[in-house]
Amino acid sequence: MSKMWLITRREYLTRVRNKTFLISTFLLPVVFILFISGAVLIQLKTKSHNRIAVIDANGFFADYLKGDSALSFDFSPGIDTLNYQQRGCTAVLIIPKLAESGKTECRLKYKKALGLEQASALDDHIRDAVTDHMIFEKTTVSRAKLDSIRITSDITHISSYEDNGQTARASSQTSAYIIGYVSGILIYLLTFIYGAAVMRGVMEEKTNRIAEVMVSSVRPFELMWGKITGIGAVGLTQFLLWVVLLGAIGFIAQGVIPHDTLENATKNAPMGGGAAATAAMKVQSSGFNFSNFIINTNMGLIVFCFLFYFIGGYLFYSALFAAVGSAVNEDPQEAQSLMLPITLPVVFSFVIMTVVVQDPGGPLATWASIIPFSSPIVMMARIPSGVPGTVPYWQLGLSMVLLVLGFLGTTWLAGKIYRIGILMYGKKPSWKIMWKWAFCSN
Amino acid sequence: MPILEVTDLQKNFATQIAVNKLSFQLDQGSIFGLLGPNGAGKTTLIRMITGIFYPDEGSIRFQGLPFNPARDIVQIGYMPEERGLYKKMKIGEQALYLARLKGLSSQEAMRKVKEWFIKFEMQSWWNKKVEDLSKGMQQKLQFVITVLHEPKMIILDEPFSGLDPVNSNLIKDEIYRLARNGASIIFSTHRMEQVEEICDHIILMNKGEKILDGSVSGVKQQFKENLFAVGAEGTVSPDDNGWKPESTAFEVVGQREGQWVVKISEGYRPNDVLRYFIDNGKGITAFTEILPSLNDIFIRLVEGTPLARQFQPVKLAR
Repeated sequence: MSKMWLITRREYLTRVRNKTFLISTFLLPVVFILFISGAVLIQLKTKSHNRIAVIDANGFFADYLKGDSALSFDFSPGIDTLNYQQRGCTAVLIIPKLAESGKTECRLKYKKALGLEQASALDDHIRDAVTDHMIFEKTTVSRAKLDSIRITSDITHISSYEDNGQTARASSQTSAYIIGYVSGILIYLLTFIYGAAVMRGVMEEKTNRIAEVMVSSVRPFELMWGKITGIGAVGLTQFLLWVVLLGAIGFIAQGVIPHDTLENATKNAPMGGGAAATAAMKVQSSGFNFSNFIINTNMGLIVFCFLFYFIGGYLFYSALFAAVGSAVNEDPQEAQSLMLPITLPVVFSFVIMTVVVQDPGGPLATWASIIPFSSPIVMMARIPSGVPGTVPYWQLGLSMVLLVLGFLGTTWLAGKIYRIGILMYGKKPSWKIMWKWAFCSN
Repeated sequence: MPILEVTDLQKNFATQIAVNKLSFQLDQGSIFGLLGPNGAGKTTLIRMITGIFYPDEGSIRFQGLPFNPARDIVQIGYMPEERGLYKKMKIGEQALYLARLKGLSSQEAMRKVKEWFIKFEMQSWWNKKVEDLSKGMQQKLQFVITVLHEPKMIILDEPFSGLDPVNSNLIKDEIYRLARNGASIIFSTHRMEQVEEICDHIILMNKGEKILDGSVSGVKQQFKENLFAVGAEGTVSPDDNGWKPESTAFEVVGQREGQWVVKISEGYRPNDVLRYFIDNGKGITAFTEILPSLNDIFIRLVEGTPLARQFQPVKLAR
């Protein structure tokens, strides 16, 4: 058995046997599920309702302005900007006489803000009211007819197909968005969690002074690489356990939670912020057509790419984390400052990913998914949108080749720093000195 | 055949020449003292002969062949001055792991670890963690780990620090036994009395260079100052105002334990001193050559070297 394998095995076993590993593996999905369910429940129970007082100078809005489940309107006479709160309204809307041409400004005065979603719904309601009024005024269509058209015309929906030349595959923007987002977050988290674990492991060896004992038995590179592969295997194990656990919990949840609750949750999901929660909620709520969801996307390719980019990204960054761990002494503060140049690109990639997931075909998406610093996180936000449609084969191939070259490069670089760093004590090395370790023969 | 031959070994760091054109050889079965003040370059030298650092110049031959760390590393046991073990790992498991990294198979490692644990009465430690051990116990464990795989060359850096006299003797006996069985031992320390007791051969390093090389007795001979202690009838105490020896053959430089300490003059021999005492009718009770202690020699040779080496600019001839 080779020495590196022995090191990998030790790193793996000592971590997997550790209580913290078991606790984090089994507790985290439970906490995750509780968090999501909590968020959904709160969404359902605490939906705010706003009653808006309307002061209309035109006189027709009372007939045309229609509320919805979250908004209602109060046209009672005598209501004004001073007394709307006593009348139980949260805001007052002042609609002046509409001008024949040009825009007329309607004013909303409130103590408690409506929120982005309701404000935009209000805007739509006002526009609908004006349209309805105009149709009624300027055509001969009857009021009853108009209402019935409004109700019966909602009969279309879009389903999209990805053009693959000869064939077309049914696709879904929503599932692409969700898979892309979740994959990006997972790779981001796992890179950080396990990269930091590599760094701590190296620091432990250095501060325990076992590094010198070890390097008199094995090459420093074997020691570093064994640690990286061992911890990477822990990461994969944990990830696979999570998948199994989440699958099991999801399966059970489907049986327990009634359908209409889930459906409600989807409908009422907020559009803007809390995208991660929304995405997760969508995954959960789309559970009832999960089989459909899987068929619609090329799961095999996505799983393969996820594993490739997870492993590639992990190797790329963990080597750098190992180099930092080898350079610092006992002081965790030193590690913080040296880590910054490594954590910055990771965080930056995450930010790019949140943009790319909305526009997976744009130039930012293309470049960020090819450059190895950001490709592990960003590419996974694009792949669910379609290969080779959104992501041409050449981009995927180039990105993969560059990532492999990238991690070979960082590993080589880190190996040189590591070899010297683990035996150096005393002053914290500057980046200049570490550069010398890497590029001057020592 | 020497097990290790080092020729013109050199290692430069950015600010100084750590080891400068150093040559020596280590015979099989010998206990070799590597001495020198702090910062003399001992650790750098050791790291080169254990394959941790690559030398910039010079050659190392191990068992007659050019040193190949990948192949020869399993023949070497190295106990660094800065000891280290995995604190959270169980002791038995740790010893097995480190033994296997030295190339032992799992059965062999198990057999050897058990054997040594019994020898050093450490069986009850098997499931303990290193952090539960005292410093001295950790030291014993570290020694066991170093020699477990029966290396041909063992390098011990300050092996007795932190050990009580009982455990010191235990390890010392083990070092003798290993050397008798053919292992060559490099012993690096500042404790000169231990070197005098244990080592057959020493080199002294200062500022990266070898300034002394030889057997312990040879070195003492080399630095002797022709001092003899003469015990004679009637010469008892330093404040004795009676007879005082006076001769061209020697000079009285002091008194020690009721004996005269004399320095023999140029061109004379110890017999001339004895003859003088006999001619003066004094019965000789003792006649001993006074050799300098290694400590004296060490201090004399490295005197004036600051505690930490001054940084010296490196000019490389390339």
